[in-house]
Amino acid sequence: MDIAKKILKVNVNGRPYELLIKPKTTLLQFLRNDLGLTGAKQACMDNSCGACTVIVDKMAVKACSVLALQVNGREVMTVEGLASRDGKLHPLQQAFLDYHAFQCGFCTPGKLMSSKAMLDENPHPNEEEIRRDMEGNLCRCTGYTQYIEAIKAVAQKKEVAK
Amino acid sequence: MRDFEYLPTKTVKEACALISQYKEEGKILAGGQSLITLLRQKLISPSYLIDIKGVTELDYLTFDEKKGLRMGALTTHRAIEKSPLIQSKYPVLSEMEKSVASVQTRNWGTIGGNLCSGDPIGDPAPSLIALNGKIKIVSSREEKIVPLAEFFTDYFTTILEPDEILTEIQLTPPVPHAGVVYMKFSTIEAGIKIVSTSTCIILESDKMTCRDARIVMSAVAPVPLIAKKAGELLIGKKINDDLIAEAAQLASGETNPTSDVHGSAEFRREIAKVLVRRAVKEAFEKAKRT
Repeated sequence: MDIAKKILKVNVNGRPYELLIKPKTTLLQFLRNDLGLTGAKQACMDNSCGACTVIVDKMAVKACSVLALQVNGREVMTVEGLASRDGKLHPLQQAFLDYHAFQCGFCTPGKLMSSKAMLDENPHPNEEEIRRDMEGNLCRCTGYTQYIEAIKAVAQKKEVAK
Repeated sequence: MRDFEYLPTKTVKEACALISQYKEEGKILAGGQSLITLLRQKLISPSYLIDIKGVTELDYLTFDEKKGLRMGALTTHRAIEKSPLIQSKYPVLSEMEKSVASVQTRNWGTIGGNLCSGDPIGDPAPSLIALNGKIKIVSSREEKIVPLAEFFTDYFTTILEPDEILTEIQLTPPVPHAGVVYMKFSTIEAGIKIVSTSTCIILESDKMTCRDARIVMSAVAPVPLIAKKAGELLIGKKINDDLIAEAAQLASGETNPTSDVHGSAEFRREIAKVLVRRAVKEAFEKAKRT
């Protein structure tokens, strides 16, 4: 069967896009292959690890398990859109750096986007809430403690260690 | 993933017309949190994917003191978890939803899609069955209301005909002297449950005698398992620890689990017994207080 491509209109990191894509393209494939935004990572591909987490209309979602055409007309934010245009890091990015909250860094974009969505909804979560909301993001280096500290620092708005 | 035609819809009517046209060649896509994985693994390869995620008329939560709860099939897990209405009238649902996969999955995945995936490890089905839930099934031919307990037929299989769509979940208003408890056993919080149970105990006005009991378990059978013998044992009797232990033993015997990487069948049966014992006891205590 010769499948017709479909038009996808979507806003990614504040920029509007309009592209013809195959219906089976996942949001993750669209971001990485069509837009060249390789921050969101491809790993488990079965909705488990959270390395592909991006924000769609203020909700964290796993981009490997959403069809690109399902975000038609919506707003997507990836880790590339987190820092300001002048290059100033987002407080979460700065805190992840300050607290050495990653080892290999593969899961970091997903963790940043999950924590961004969490803090936008609930600016001052306690540790239990942080752990619960971040449970969909796995880390294979077992660097869990530091990034929870980093998120806590932002959530408590305390002075971030230099 | 194999290619498919993508057909986005905006209304139930439109979706019904398309699925009745394509039947087995078509598949309904809601949040896709199970379906996209199945497509990617080529376990299913429909020629037409009918996307109902944009059918906003199926995204609602309403409550009426007489009729009870009406929940649109496209209500997301996250919406159920966060709903003040659910938290006050059916707190067990909110509690259970906190344990459904991860925040990301709950944000996009829908309750109707979860039920239709027919996965016996799912938690929403046992909770909704424990609450005596019914579902509305719609097609171009007819509309019917069916007890959720009769919906599942085998692993990943339901009574849904190829041209039918699940559109609504219905719960009766909460009754007095009822306690409903969700309890799970899993190795990691966001991981697959080894066993979970949703248990509902309703007491007579003496707050001792069991009027009704529904003990439902996940991951121990090809479908969400209703422990009928255990429930029947409790009904009409004054509840005490010995009776609860006996019911838990019976419930464990009613399971038919498989062994896999997460746990052996024997282990699951043992966990089922412990969980049911704890859940019935807690539900009983809760029922006494309401």
